[in-house]
Amino acid sequence: MTAPAIRRQRVGRSVTSRAADSIVRRLISLNGWAAIVILAAIFLFLAVNARRALEEVGFWVMSLGTEWYPTIPTPRFGFLPLLSGSVLVTATALVLCVPVSLAAAIFISEFAGGRVKEVTKSIIEFMAAIPSVVYGLIGIAVVVPWVRATFDTDSGLTALSGAIVLAFMIAPTIVSISEDALHAVPNSLRQGSLALGNTRWETTYKVVVPSASSGILAAVMLGMGRAIGETMAVLMLTGNAAVIPDSLFDSVRTITGTIAAEMGNVVQGGLHQSVLFTLGLVLFSITFLINLVADLVLEKQRRRWQR
Amino acid sequence: MSRRIRQARLTQTLAVAITGAAAAFIVTAALFLLGYILVRGLPAMSWEFISQPPRGQMKAGGILPSIIGTLALTSGTAAFALPVGVAAGIYLSEYAPRGRMTRIIRLAISNMAGVPSIVYGLFGLALFVILFSFGTSILAGALTLACLTLPVIITATEEALRQIPSDLRQASLALGATRWRTIYRVVLPAAAPGIVTGSILGLARAAGETAPILFTAAVYYKRQLPTSIFDDVMVLPYHIYILATQVTGRPDDIIWGTALILVGGVTAGSVIAATWRSLQRKKVRW
Repeated sequence: MTAPAIRRQRVGRSVTSRAADSIVRRLISLNGWAAIVILAAIFLFLAVNARRALEEVGFWVMSLGTEWYPTIPTPRFGFLPLLSGSVLVTATALVLCVPVSLAAAIFISEFAGGRVKEVTKSIIEFMAAIPSVVYGLIGIAVVVPWVRATFDTDSGLTALSGAIVLAFMIAPTIVSISEDALHAVPNSLRQGSLALGNTRWETTYKVVVPSASSGILAAVMLGMGRAIGETMAVLMLTGNAAVIPDSLFDSVRTITGTIAAEMGNVVQGGLHQSVLFTLGLVLFSITFLINLVADLVLEKQRRRWQR
Repeated sequence: MSRRIRQARLTQTLAVAITGAAAAFIVTAALFLLGYILVRGLPAMSWEFISQPPRGQMKAGGILPSIIGTLALTSGTAAFALPVGVAAGIYLSEYAPRGRMTRIIRLAISNMAGVPSIVYGLFGLALFVILFSFGTSILAGALTLACLTLPVIITATEEALRQIPSDLRQASLALGATRWRTIYRVVLPAAAPGIVTGSILGLARAAGETAPILFTAAVYYKRQLPTSIFDDVMVLPYHIYILATQVTGRPDDIIWGTALILVGGVTAGSVIAATWRSLQRKKVRW
């Protein structure tokens, strides 16, 4: 009988597999930074392209200018008409959308049964997946004629028409994020309140909603960010008159609409193009701040319930 | 029964009715949107509509170039966004230390998701079209849309990976596999359904975007189909925009038919992905 030959086996992982492991780790970590790199690059490229306008026209001249005539021989690049257009449309959309969306979120989170809840949520999710250009198209077909007939305006292409369609577009965002916030409130709080003899509604508005208030605020802010940044539907519906509006029934032009409508017709490297990049920079800064604050609020709330 | 209790019950009923009505209103609106697109779009559907290019200043014929263009652009987007997005998701779930930097990365990802699509368009114009001289092309458009889709893919990947129990990882590591081998052979296959579904949802949304491709990829009218990634293309969302705002005297059929194809494609992609995921979930048990 011969003893089986004992081969000396190397202990541990092979050199190649260890090398592969560390190379892959580095590659993957590099990609982890993608989000930060892209955000920084967006800011950088907007700023670089905006430089000419900032030097030749000046930030405050643009920001406080009340006239937008970009193509006349001595062009005026005042942002106020566009800013006021964006603010008017966004604010109106929020006024229309927030009460209904919050009520719906409360219903879904607090009162609806399992089946109703699931169906409602997936239908609202479908609403979020419709492309904005299709919202614009439906707005032209349905909302614009209605506004024209009901409020007796000339064209029906008004700030109100844009705001109505925007309200539907941002509803899914506000509903689902505030529903998440309500859902995250621990059940022990609800049970405590019910045990004290409160009805479910009393529990909801005295305990659950106040506990979720910061998350609900964040939901509204994220909806607002969406609304300010929305381009196609607003471009198709608000009539695009770049003047400071007097009422909801005026045509307005938003920041986003201006960029989308004019960028195709500018001279590359020209002043007008640079001004449009400045507008983009302003828009990016506004939404960046809104989103940052909303995300910080949401993060804080998440940590609170984790404890 | 005391008055207070009766009153409280009445308020309770009222509150449920009012909030329920709000939810019903939103659901009705969504169903109305779907029904409206279907009713107005269905009359346009025919083999000719999806297999022919437009004719007679886009007032007749089909939308084949736009369909092909959208498919090309979306595949390009997937090619760029998937590797980076999945890798970033793996990093966050498997490698990232708990700390300040990881927190900042997470904030950056959710912030990216809120950047307006037109801003991505400007970014793509400045970087890909002008600086890299790709011109208005599938390549520039796909890169731009990839940036826009990235946060969705990263989040989907990270969530899918987090649902894999750590027992699996520990078992593989205990058998002597390296970290990467564990991820590649054990964790990723288990998380694949979630990653694929989340990615398809993100890509479907990118396919419907108009603002980012206005100045990076889309062209008003082009008879030939694209032959290289440096060609500009007709795409469905931009085609709808053009038909709705710039073409006078066009028949409504064509525009609603285009909208139906776009919404139908986007929805079908999402529904198939979601169904597949739930089927896969039932198959695997931990």
